[in-house]
Amino acid sequence: MSKIIRVNMSDLSTTVEAVPEAWAGLGGRALTSTIVAAEVPPTCHPLGPNNKLVLAPGMLTGTIASNSGRLSAGCKSPLTGTIKECNGGGNVARQFALMGITAIIIEGIPPGDKWYNLHVSMDGIRFAEETELMGLGTFATVAKVTERFNNKKIGVICVGPAGEMKMNISNISIKDPEGKIRSLGRGGLGALMGSKRIKFISVDDAGGPGITIADQPRFKAAAKKFAATLISHPVSGQGLPTYGTAVLVNILNEAGGLPTRNFTQGQFAQHEKFSGETIHDTIVERKGKPKHGCHQGCVIQCSQVYNDKDGNYLTSGFEYETVWGLGADCCIEDLDDIATVDNIMDDLGVDSIETPVMFGVAMEAGILPFGDGKGVIRMLREEVGKGTPLGHLLGGGTAQVGKAYGLTRIPVVKNQAIPAYDPRSVKGIGVTYAMSTQGADHTMGYTIATNILNVGGYVDPLKKDGQVELSRNLQIATAAVDSTGMCVFIAFPALDNPECLESLIEMLNAKDDLKLTGDDVVALGKSVLKIEHDFNLRAGFTNKDDRLPEFFTYEPLLPHNALWDFSPEELDAFWDF
Amino acid sequence: MQITVKLFANFRDGRFIEQQRECVPNIKVSNIVQELGIEEPEVGIIMMNGRRAELGSEVAEGARLSIFPLVGGG
Repeated sequence: MSKIIRVNMSDLSTTVEAVPEAWAGLGGRALTSTIVAAEVPPTCHPLGPNNKLVLAPGMLTGTIASNSGRLSAGCKSPLTGTIKECNGGGNVARQFALMGITAIIIEGIPPGDKWYNLHVSMDGIRFAEETELMGLGTFATVAKVTERFNNKKIGVICVGPAGEMKMNISNISIKDPEGKIRSLGRGGLGALMGSKRIKFISVDDAGGPGITIADQPRFKAAAKKFAATLISHPVSGQGLPTYGTAVLVNILNEAGGLPTRNFTQGQFAQHEKFSGETIHDTIVERKGKPKHGCHQGCVIQCSQVYNDKDGNYLTSGFEYETVWGLGADCCIEDLDDIATVDNIMDDLGVDSIETPVMFGVAMEAGILPFGDGKGVIRMLREEVGKGTPLGHLLGGGTAQVGKAYGLTRIPVVKNQAIPAYDPRSVKGIGVTYAMSTQGADHTMGYTIATNILNVGGYVDPLKKDGQVELSRNLQIATAAVDSTGMCVFIAFPALDNPECLESLIEMLNAKDDLKLTGDDVVALGKSVLKIEHDFNLRAGFTNKDDRLPEFFTYEPLLPHNALWDFSPEELDAFWDF
Repeated sequence: MQITVKLFANFRDGRFIEQQRECVPNIKVSNIVQELGIEEPEVGIIMMNGRRAELGSEVAEGARLSIFPLVGGG
């Protein structure tokens, strides 16, 4: 029943294969990283014919397990050159799982210069030349594809103009339950899909075999217990649904870890203009939705729908990273400008972390002033969106802009922009940024939980003690969670309530008649990290790439006068497992 | 002595965002929490001058005390 579908863009053919023994039981990130490590030459050009785009639902996707609908996408990253796994919401992962699709592996590049779309259904994969939608933003693309099929349930994955133009900041967009956009955000995945000249992939799961559960009653009982752990934890059950992730603006500001004005300060005086509290109140006042789930089956509902002052939709999925990046790092104080930019980034199909951090560097370079929200809007629409030379420069990302202007304050690791927590005053996340197999990334090992939020214990964010171990443990656990199709926010209850992981493992065992234990989950996480690390070494990365930019070591961050002070040996010890 | 108290998220409902407060010397965070009518189990994060503090921590003259309910993020 389970199948691997290979899509060969070089000759527009597909093959369907049984899942080989080596990949049996794997899903999500474990599967995409295993496939990429086995089949993509680590030294290949990420936009050349030898890179592959692997799409895979998780091990529990398609079941009644709460929060299990994330779609994993794996490849060699065009932005970082490392191995890459991204996961995003929407319902496509669920559709794939219900169709018995374990993974879709997209290979090769079409000859000539035509663009294509793919349609995935129980009849197989259908290729068609695409002309009408070329150049369109993601919202229009999703709407028109839905219209073509006259079916609101059609799933859509697509690239916007940025991906068509193969920009490093581009992402892959997924249609969300309301026809809006979720993102496979980081690592330049849009450029990879663009290099294979695929504008969109539509998915119709009608007639799919569904999921077979070996022991239904056992699964149901475990699923009920699991859902209860999510709802009863104060973070996943109350904090996130009420205030969303932007609640972190004020928390990081108080802690002195909110990167401000291109990472020159740890606090921003105008933080209240775009805090989670202000966003919540504005949403409620304008009759938006303060609570919103990104995929069917999500009980956490951390997302939201934000309206403009006339009560019309302005943006959704208005997250802490985006709000921080534009608000504090670029010093834009107008919340509606920030929301407008968020919407434009969705429409162009660009990463809402890389793009704001890039603009912070562009502002320091003098391309536009700090705080110029209208300038960011104009540059995204008129330069990036239209592919002007300046647009391509900006579209190359944070490091590209910084280098073009001779800056030293370029906040990236392995070429990927550093997210919304300053490593000098939140040292655990600095270790994650440095040591993650995929460049600067906060979700890979979210030490913020334990450094700042008192979840899973406490490790002082201003000291080096315990950070390497904390990041390592979280990275191992996250690699395992990313393989199940689960949203990473289950980590909050998982860190505090043993019943959470117990019931997760119970679901895995009940579904496929397995005998997994907690140790097996840890072993899976370790194995995924080692496969990824090995790929990077073969791609030419060394321990010298597991470092933060030098300026963090000599520019003290107020208010704590904090510096990044880990030695190379202390960091390299991360891999001692 | 004078301190600054800052409240966040739903702790602001019916209370304040920021307040200059007179209090007795050697007061503990838990006393302030009680004075504000906040139940201890609801308290998530406490920071004093940007560093983590606890309910049992003593509040110094001029301190900036920030109190958050149980919240999270990404």
